[in-house]
Amino acid sequence: MLDYVTGYLSSNVTPGQAGNWVWALIYILLIFLGISLAVMGMVWLERKILAHMQIRLGPMRVGPHGLLQPIADSLKLLLKEDIIPENADKVVFWLAPLMVVIAAFTVFIVIPFGPTHAVTDMNIGILFMLGVSSLGVLGIIMAGWASNSHYPLMGSLRSSAQMVSYEIAMGLAVVSAVLMTSFNAGGSGTLSMIGIVQAQAAQHTWFAFKFFPLGLVALFVFAVAMVAETNRAPFDLPEAESELVAGFHTEYSGFRWSLFFLAEYTAMLAVSSIAVTLWLGGWMRPFPSWHGPAITIPNFWEHAAPLGAVDFAFSLVPAVCFFVLAAFAFIGTLRMPKHPLMKIQKGGLGALALVLAGIGLVLLIPPVRDRIQDIFWFVAKVAVFMYLYIWYRGTFPRYRFDQLMKLGWKVMLPMGLGVLIATAVVGVLV
Amino acid sequence: MNPVATPFFFYFLSAMALISGVLVITRKNPVHSAIALIFTLLSLAGLYLMLYAPFVAGVQIILYAGGIMVLFLFVIMLVSVSRVERESQFNKQWLVGIAATAALGVLFILVYAKGKSVFPERTVQLPEQLNTQQVAVWLYGTYMLPFEIASLLLLVAIVGAVVMAKKRI
Repeated sequence: MLDYVTGYLSSNVTPGQAGNWVWALIYILLIFLGISLAVMGMVWLERKILAHMQIRLGPMRVGPHGLLQPIADSLKLLLKEDIIPENADKVVFWLAPLMVVIAAFTVFIVIPFGPTHAVTDMNIGILFMLGVSSLGVLGIIMAGWASNSHYPLMGSLRSSAQMVSYEIAMGLAVVSAVLMTSFNAGGSGTLSMIGIVQAQAAQHTWFAFKFFPLGLVALFVFAVAMVAETNRAPFDLPEAESELVAGFHTEYSGFRWSLFFLAEYTAMLAVSSIAVTLWLGGWMRPFPSWHGPAITIPNFWEHAAPLGAVDFAFSLVPAVCFFVLAAFAFIGTLRMPKHPLMKIQKGGLGALALVLAGIGLVLLIPPVRDRIQDIFWFVAKVAVFMYLYIWYRGTFPRYRFDQLMKLGWKVMLPMGLGVLIATAVVGVLV
Repeated sequence: MNPVATPFFFYFLSAMALISGVLVITRKNPVHSAIALIFTLLSLAGLYLMLYAPFVAGVQIILYAGGIMVLFLFVIMLVSVSRVERESQFNKQWLVGIAATAALGVLFILVYAKGKSVFPERTVQLPEQLNTQQVAVWLYGTYMLPFEIASLLLLVAIVGAVVMAKKRI
């Protein structure tokens, strides 16, 4: 059993390529669990960070610094009454949230968390991602129509118009990144997600910095389009609270509503992972070209090339991160009020500090340290995008619908086309 | 990688495509028809995958399921459902219908009976990895001119739609 596990862990292909359905299933479960946990974490972080941006405290009551708030939230959502409106179209009403959630989660099949840490690697990886994530809009339209009510219908009309228009700019930006994969020595491009990161490794750069500033402009177009695609502020017109109550999910409550919520955050994670994979080097650590003796990015776990000092320093970062988190939790424990009622909270926070420090210690063990790096850097880069999402929400006012359309069709689309043509021209000339 | 449980997936996807295809024409509510059509298109994409044509499958999902069906639903949603449900669903064209069905049935029977000799026993299996590249080489190399003519035609259609829809340009 142990031999089987370690034997698999040292293999060089994804479970999908190896045709190993047991490991594929394990990966799917791990990713599902990880995403659900990440969504819960995001909910807490979003409330907390937004609160601090507005000089408030945010959730403070449930657990130390509101750490248990997501659990309380999800319990509340599960216990709420699940209402289906009298005149709603029952079947479509039931199908819509499922459609949104399935579309959002299916995308994660091809996302490479590391050179072998993906469920499978498809020849059409990025195409598959764009296609399946565009199915989410069908669920939103179905939800708005099935509710048989005015505000949801308005919300879903807005949403479909918005998502269809920004998909074009998004696709053009993606094509320019795919074009960049073909400028390596072999001269053949690829659509596979793992292949795209490997092309960045082969060209010794992140595509965001290739053909400066073309890569950055493409990333900018994608970053704007992805906010619009996921219906988040400042493009959250489909659920504009001030005009449409809650947009397409006005009539939804309880568990069904929480499915929409889950799907929204999962879709945010998915599009952020696309941006990270295409432009920010995927699982590669920052400054991949400062390297030991070998020029190519090595398989860290094989120790083919001796690790340089820079490599070693970067491999310590995950553990250090957890130690810093543990230190924060520990300081929090010390600063807890000395009231007897606070005893449980104090103990819980202390235990959390211990757990975090323990994880940090485990991450120091050499095999784990070498193997965990790629996942860590991928997740860290995605986390930056998630923070940006919260930051946008805290700072930008909402667009008006005609402004949104004007931005999409008259600014983003020409910009994406221009970048695509410029990338092609520069690629041929250089 | 070798495909797993091929017959199961083939029959599953075909059954899904057929059942939802029948639902498309039998549902009275146009939105239900459109949703059934989405499932038909998705299962067709699965069948393309089984034929080692991942690119065609991806394009099928993006263009048909993700693009065209969104616009379909967008328009259909604005139609009053209660009025549509009172209209008669089918044209009463029995004669033409029966003739067309019979012709199609004869064609199917012929294919089933003579297929073994007409079609080659084993088709050339393209390596899955190169499918996208092969499509690109054919579209932009061998069939460059027809492809460009088709895209020009689409451009003309777009311009025409804008001219007809907008009174003042």
